[in-house]
Amino acid sequence: MASGPDGHFLNNFLLFGRLLRRLGLNVHTGRMLDAINVLDDIGIRRRMDVRAALRTLMVHRREDIPVFDEAFAVFWRQRKDRLSSLDLRSMGEQRRYRRIEAAPPPLDGADGSQPEDGAAADRIDLSRTFSAREVLQAKDFADFTRQEARQARQMLGSLHWNPGLRRTRRKQPGRGTELDVRRSLQRNVKFGGEMLLLQNRRRKEKPRRLVVICDVSGSMESYTRMLLHFIHSLYAGLESRVEAFLFATRLTRITKQLAHRDIDQAVDGVAKAVPDWSGGTRIGGAVKEFNFKWARRTLSWGSIVLIVSDGWDRGEPEVLSDEMRRLQRSCRRLIWLNPLAGREGYESLTRGMQAAEPYVDDLLPVHNLAALMDLAAHLNGLSDSWPVRRQTPPVPAMKEEVAVGAEPSQRSWHKDANPTFRHPTWGRGQQQD
Amino acid sequence: MENTSTLRVPASVDELQKTLRDELYVADRGLAMSVYLALKLKRPLFLEGEAGVGKTEVARALASAFGARLIRLQCYEGLDVNQAVYEWNYSRQLLHIRLMEASGSTDRKEIEKELFSEEFLIKRPLLQALESSGPTVLLIDELDRADEEFEGYLLEMLADFQITIPEVGTYAADEPPIVVITSNRTREIHDALKRRCLYYWIDYPDVAKETQIVRSKMPEASQKLAGQVTAFVQELRATELYKIPGVSETLDWTAALISLNENELTPSVIDDTLGVMLKYREDLEATRGEQTRALVNRALNPGTRRGRRRRG
Repeated sequence: MASGPDGHFLNNFLLFGRLLRRLGLNVHTGRMLDAINVLDDIGIRRRMDVRAALRTLMVHRREDIPVFDEAFAVFWRQRKDRLSSLDLRSMGEQRRYRRIEAAPPPLDGADGSQPEDGAAADRIDLSRTFSAREVLQAKDFADFTRQEARQARQMLGSLHWNPGLRRTRRKQPGRGTELDVRRSLQRNVKFGGEMLLLQNRRRKEKPRRLVVICDVSGSMESYTRMLLHFIHSLYAGLESRVEAFLFATRLTRITKQLAHRDIDQAVDGVAKAVPDWSGGTRIGGAVKEFNFKWARRTLSWGSIVLIVSDGWDRGEPEVLSDEMRRLQRSCRRLIWLNPLAGREGYESLTRGMQAAEPYVDDLLPVHNLAALMDLAAHLNGLSDSWPVRRQTPPVPAMKEEVAVGAEPSQRSWHKDANPTFRHPTWGRGQQQD
Repeated sequence: MENTSTLRVPASVDELQKTLRDELYVADRGLAMSVYLALKLKRPLFLEGEAGVGKTEVARALASAFGARLIRLQCYEGLDVNQAVYEWNYSRQLLHIRLMEASGSTDRKEIEKELFSEEFLIKRPLLQALESSGPTVLLIDELDRADEEFEGYLLEMLADFQITIPEVGTYAADEPPIVVITSNRTREIHDALKRRCLYYWIDYPDVAKETQIVRSKMPEASQKLAGQVTAFVQELRATELYKIPGVSETLDWTAALISLNENELTPSVIDDTLGVMLKYREDLEATRGEQTRALVNRALNPGTRRGRRRRG
């Protein structure tokens, strides 16, 4: 590194700090001062040392290490001329600042929901509202017009999501069974240490976390937009307690993009982040990637996992079975949302669905607003106990026969999730295990 | 240094690296730099990395290198102030109340004052670290296991190295301890806490470094065995496993092989002892047999070695 006069270097150094901030690193002024002091001490002769020192000071997350290294390499490179002609855009500088396009404009008068003029129009509109809502709730997402999608979005925003509470191991004062010796003693000192008022404590409760893994492959295309709205409304409703991933052939984490308050900006950011939009499907591969890369970081402390997919899988069904089994074992509850499950007389016939199904705790439809409301109700009503699972679920048979009177009673079902499905192997019992 | 009880910060990164080497800790330059800066700036050092890459070991090596006292706080969910900072010794307090009653003392104020004095205080690791005289290394291990509430508390303590106990007063450190925080990254630690620390990601070592580690920790292992073991482990890490074996697994495995008097890797020996390194049934099943033979082949004929796979 060429060390120019002090002022020159300092100036460059501040520019470097600014570059890092633009790239999304959290570099505050105090840290910059630290860095300057440190560079005084270690000198700036050895490039590797400077990089190591600045990295330990300015990077707080592993994901940022490659970004930092790249920025360092580009910014502190040897130049023949003294001019600075850095094109920071090539490093994604504008990623977070780009003006994002607004929502598609409403189609003028496309369905007459906009009052033309006068009170009469208003009145007619009002009288239509209620039934229009009902129609909208029952309508399949795939058949939505843009206008309807906009209305549905507002209704989504009003849904209340609550995936239940988990008991943490932290204790707080309250009516529990355990004696809070510390507080009891404090309270009873005034009685001369005679334990007259016993104070108890109980386990503190916290809301559960939710992980959503959503299929955006070609076969899901007509549902994707509404599903993204659904995921965003989940995120908005549960704040930071949601992790979201999309997949077609590869898995992409979109939690950060969802943080945009504005839904259109969020969806736009998501669309940019996902490389394989509307590609082929490899559910097994995606779940595997999740298990390897993310499960340990997102499934701690009893999360609920929602997988949204129609089960059309081009990958190996064995991979999907194995990974689903693993996923089910590491989460509190594994819920599969299938847009096709809302259709009349639905049966799980796709290979992917058959492979995954034995390891799913609940299979629910997700094709219209009513289904989402049912889902919200289902989540709100989850009991605190573990779902009953078989030790060794049956090997899914690739046959199409439907067992009679198949539904084992211990499997928990949401009654209103209509219609339910039957697994071909249910009721044939454990003899095949 | 005017005071022998304060910590002598090494003059350079090289010196620190050498000091750590003397403690049988092989640190690469990046890590040595981070440690050096943490000592220099008196900031906590935040170490992240997969299990078994030697995060905790850094604190141990530091403590013994500087003759410092090592105070360790193992984190778990629900860890609270009573476990981490201080607790009153209730049984002694109750006993004391009885004694005072017997001696006829009934002054409420007096009783209260005596009961909540330092005499009845049980000091937990964080308070111990602040109080201890002389150089101290405070190891806060596996912070990702603790919950956010504890992080918040830690934030407060790390900000100015003092702890206030309402009944007694404020404890402040004469000399702030060297703080090493480790995380296995089972969840993200809050940015506010990380911002106060220096960050270093410890990766799996490469062959040369790992061989060096095995050789220095297990001098009884022959050069040949150490080389073969690390070559095999490196190949193993490149395969698809749920849980990749860390350096500590390599060391355990070497120890196991030595105790079995094995001087050379053969597929059958590996299959018998694989459980030392792989702790998931799926991983074991995928590796035993065919895969073992292929890995041994690649490890012992390094011409065909592929690049190491990186994991996010």
